[in-house]
Amino acid sequence: MGLIADILIPGNDAAGPCLALTAPISFWGGVDPKTGDIIDARHPQRGRNIAGTVLALPGTIGSSSASAVLLELVHAGRAPAAILMDTPDAILLLGLVVAREMGWETPPALRLSATAQQSLDGKRLLVSSQGAITTE
Amino acid sequence: MPELTFDEQAVVSGTQGEGAAMAMRIVAESARLMGAPRLIPVASAHIDGALYHGDSGTLFAEKLVAGGAKVAVRATLNVGALAPAGCATIRLPPHERDMAARMMRAYEAMGCEPSWTCAPYQAGHRPAQGSDVAWGESNAVVFCNSVLGARTNRYGDFLDIACAIAGRAPDYGLHRQENRLATLVIDASALSRELRSSDVFYPVLGTILGRSAGTAIAVIDGLQGCTSEDRLKALGAAAASAGGVGLFHIAGVTPEAPDLATALGNQPPRERMTLTPQEVQSALARLSTAGETGRIDAIAIGSPHLSLAEIDEVEHLMAGRRLKAPLYANTGRHVLRPLEADGRRKALEAAGVIFVADTCVVVTPILPEVEGAVLMTNSGKFAHYAPGNTGYAVTYGSLAECVESAVAGKLVREPRAWA
Repeated sequence: MGLIADILIPGNDAAGPCLALTAPISFWGGVDPKTGDIIDARHPQRGRNIAGTVLALPGTIGSSSASAVLLELVHAGRAPAAILMDTPDAILLLGLVVAREMGWETPPALRLSATAQQSLDGKRLLVSSQGAITTE
Repeated sequence: MPELTFDEQAVVSGTQGEGAAMAMRIVAESARLMGAPRLIPVASAHIDGALYHGDSGTLFAEKLVAGGAKVAVRATLNVGALAPAGCATIRLPPHERDMAARMMRAYEAMGCEPSWTCAPYQAGHRPAQGSDVAWGESNAVVFCNSVLGARTNRYGDFLDIACAIAGRAPDYGLHRQENRLATLVIDASALSRELRSSDVFYPVLGTILGRSAGTAIAVIDGLQGCTSEDRLKALGAAAASAGGVGLFHIAGVTPEAPDLATALGNQPPRERMTLTPQEVQSALARLSTAGETGRIDAIAIGSPHLSLAEIDEVEHLMAGRRLKAPLYANTGRHVLRPLEADGRRKALEAAGVIFVADTCVVVTPILPEVEGAVLMTNSGKFAHYAPGNTGYAVTYGSLAECVESAVAGKLVREPRAWA
């Protein structure tokens, strides 16, 4: 199967297991910037790790420090391999914009509806630089 | 893509150096992600990004410095993780301390003012009504929009300094007049005038505002003649920590609300709520997490940073008495300087006040680690963040109750009708 998604932040081809969250998350206070563990005590995927996954976000809870957490994850090598978002969150994506400016390898971000995200959970995905999402 | 002017494109291509180009690219990319059609000039900035969260933020600031970046407009600095001007000990491990210090130096090297305060608007940085600015730090943003009537979105890490260097911000959100109108009316007039005219009411009202408005804009009615600048400061800080509030209006008080109808843009409100004593008491209860205990390990005041008038009030309430429990007074250099000049800082410290300057007790480790500790505060923002960031449970009270509790070394309440 294959899907074509809008590219929010371009990047190289990426691959990884899809972790589709079932509730919105705040990166600040919700994801450990050193490890990529989901630490929000109330989040259904608490304890899962986002590093190296194709992370599907049905929604985000805005904190102006979300971008700092994502940049820190990229710097620590604990960022997702790619990010799929239902609604673009400019503050979170700013972390990727800055990572690219720093010359660090930056995961791509694509727009994909929350409904389409759920069917991908647990599958190993390829995300092409052109926006194609395919299962391996 | 936002449309860049000829000058903006020239900066992107590197005519002003690589640091300026990087800043302009970040602002332009943010504008694209926000759907802003263009950039607009900003008159000033307040930078929240110099607080250390991890090494990547330090490396970002140092890359800008290496690229020769300088701020194009006046830029004050919010708190850092260290306290060069204060007297409190900060328990940061050596690596973090070093990276935090490097970060603070990098922001100063770009020409930011070493104000190191979350209340820049009381340290002489007050942009004109109607001007566009790029401010960070949620309480400063809400004060700037609501009380000063200047226009800013909530500019967080990286974008705040990028806007300051570029002298530009994306044209969207609260920069646009049509997005500044209230759609929610909160009527406080059923509460007693005594309550509406007390300092201790405003963080509670802010909690209600944050929880009921979220990111919608509210106009509060029934506070004419009841407010002061420090009360509005406390209200905004509590509202911004309890919800995503970036702007509120108070009919007959704040600059964009000469009356209710103007604040609403002469449209009927989408929603109207009348405050009852029950709602006030339930919001009040949310501000304390310690439960029924008389235990107080420390008192923290000054989030946002204390004004000189608030220190005067602390001094007045202490009335020469010594404190049994430590009282952490969080403030900025702009307040410490006059206190030092007339010897009052030393006298207050001798009586047991610990001045925390340039930073505060919830953003960097200052409070000692004590099992089951309870912090008393009169700040809605401290009440919101202290449990998560310091491990202390919180008891909320008025400034007078905070000082009396510090003198007694245990909780002291004064009688008050919350109605």
